[in-house]
Amino acid sequence: MISSTMFASILPEILILVLAILIFIVEPFWKDEKRRNVGWLTAGGLLAAMILSFIFGQPGEPTATLGGMVRFDWLGFFFKMLFMFAGAATALLFMDNEKIGRRGEAYLLLLASLLGMNLMAASADLVMLYLAIETTSIPLYILSGFMLTDGKSTEAGFKYLLFGAMSSAIMLYGFSLVFGFTGTTSLYQLAGMLNAGSLSLTAAFGILALILVGLGFKVSIVPFHFWAPDVYEGAPTPISGFLSTASKAAGFAVLVRLFFVAFPGYAASWTLVLAILSAVTMTVGNLLTLQQTNIKRLLAYSSIAHAGYALIGVVALTQLGAASVIFYLAAYIATNLLAFGIVMAFSRVTGLEEIKDYAGLSRRSPWLGLMMLAAFLSLAGMPPFGGFVAKVFVFAAGVQAGYVWLVIVGIINSIIGVYYYLNVLKFVYLYRMPNEDEENHPVPLTRPYVIALAVLALGVILIGTVFAPWFGWSDAAALNLF
Amino acid sequence: MVPLSWYLIFAAALFSIGLFGVLSRRNAIAILLGVELMLNSVNINLAAFWRYGNVMDMTGQVFAIIVFAVAAAEVAVGLALVISVYRRRNTVVADEIDMMKW
Repeated sequence: MISSTMFASILPEILILVLAILIFIVEPFWKDEKRRNVGWLTAGGLLAAMILSFIFGQPGEPTATLGGMVRFDWLGFFFKMLFMFAGAATALLFMDNEKIGRRGEAYLLLLASLLGMNLMAASADLVMLYLAIETTSIPLYILSGFMLTDGKSTEAGFKYLLFGAMSSAIMLYGFSLVFGFTGTTSLYQLAGMLNAGSLSLTAAFGILALILVGLGFKVSIVPFHFWAPDVYEGAPTPISGFLSTASKAAGFAVLVRLFFVAFPGYAASWTLVLAILSAVTMTVGNLLTLQQTNIKRLLAYSSIAHAGYALIGVVALTQLGAASVIFYLAAYIATNLLAFGIVMAFSRVTGLEEIKDYAGLSRRSPWLGLMMLAAFLSLAGMPPFGGFVAKVFVFAAGVQAGYVWLVIVGIINSIIGVYYYLNVLKFVYLYRMPNEDEENHPVPLTRPYVIALAVLALGVILIGTVFAPWFGWSDAAALNLF
Repeated sequence: MVPLSWYLIFAAALFSIGLFGVLSRRNAIAILLGVELMLNSVNINLAAFWRYGNVMDMTGQVFAIIVFAVAAAEVAVGLALVISVYRRRNTVVADEIDMMKW
């Protein structure tokens, strides 16, 4: 039973657990002022875990391990690497946050939710899937409400929990019905059982709708997006960044595996529903973003719109579609973490979060301004940044699958997006501070911010310019679905 | 023997009552109770499907055990968050916890 493949398949999870235990042991011995170094330990440890997994934990032929609970393939592996990268960047961004930077338990909770995300990407069984989703969510509920003295943060945690508990219960009801009608919980056996025609189309549709509520909540597609802006605004900013990138990508990892592997037989019914949801998500997300004045809320609503774009690849239900979703998420994680990182660095110095407060940023801190240009142009989908290539692939997958109307909606929405992203850049580059004395108001960056932002900015540019290897990996991951 | 469908109808009714409670109640504790009802209806489903399906296959029971372990963890965190909100705002009524509006 116990084989090296079994360990290799969960090597990233084992390493994360070891890192968490290490932090548990080390953290109490550090004095309060040195305790932010837990961030270096977390980021360094995650980087080491990525390297070790890359050397010893590379998947070969897709295999099921741990009694069929976990699938060991490139799809899971690629997502795990993405999540761990996002986790490392988030740990660095934690460090100089006043409220959570010196709290060792924040890093532990981050690692716990990262463990859950890794299992979400790899799980091949409904039992494992549910457990992984909850392992991801529960630490994130706590982290959102982490700042106990802050009314908005406690409210964010509270709302996130209530919405999350409800939607995961609905999804679980769907899982229980799937188990009942097919007699199995394994995703890879489900497809065969369902193709035998044991389930009427109406019943399958109802069950898929129940499951979609839970996953739609995780990736915040309309109409399950109500929590997102409030939680992103209230939660500590590094957590908002993590929620809107890694947590959303984990939801997509499940969505892709579940819909491509377990329910392809009912594709005709759900692709159209997802296509409509995708169009509505993009449009609603973008239209609501237009009127935002708080930069965190702007990023929150725009992240809803981005979930809509990524969904086009799922709708396509082709290998190109799956590859484009994975590529989109990789580009989106780097870009949105960069955007949130800049917001954090800025508000740490100034304490301000409104868009108009960014006036004159390019003179106050040219580098920060330049990175903001990269992040927002990438979000808007401009070459040569990652967001452009990602959108091209997603739209290409949509056209290839015959969803031309959906792609047209997507392109119109991208144009709306360009407006509000450029609007922020207008404040950064064209406007000046009221007294035009920007040189007296610099925005100094501490070392963790410099490292995290530089790596993320480099990632955004690399994904956009040297995109062939990234797409090759996404394609290899997507191949495992068919 | 009681037919399977009775259990399923019972579970569906319990689920609907729970969902109705979550959507209509204003007190945070009552909302959490509604979620618990929904999760318990899932457990009834799982146990019934296991009993009327392949009894030698333990998947249904294992799933049910995991569900109530996770439900306990979730409600523990939920009550902690409710207490932290109560300390700040002196209320657990969801409608009044509205610092952020869209």
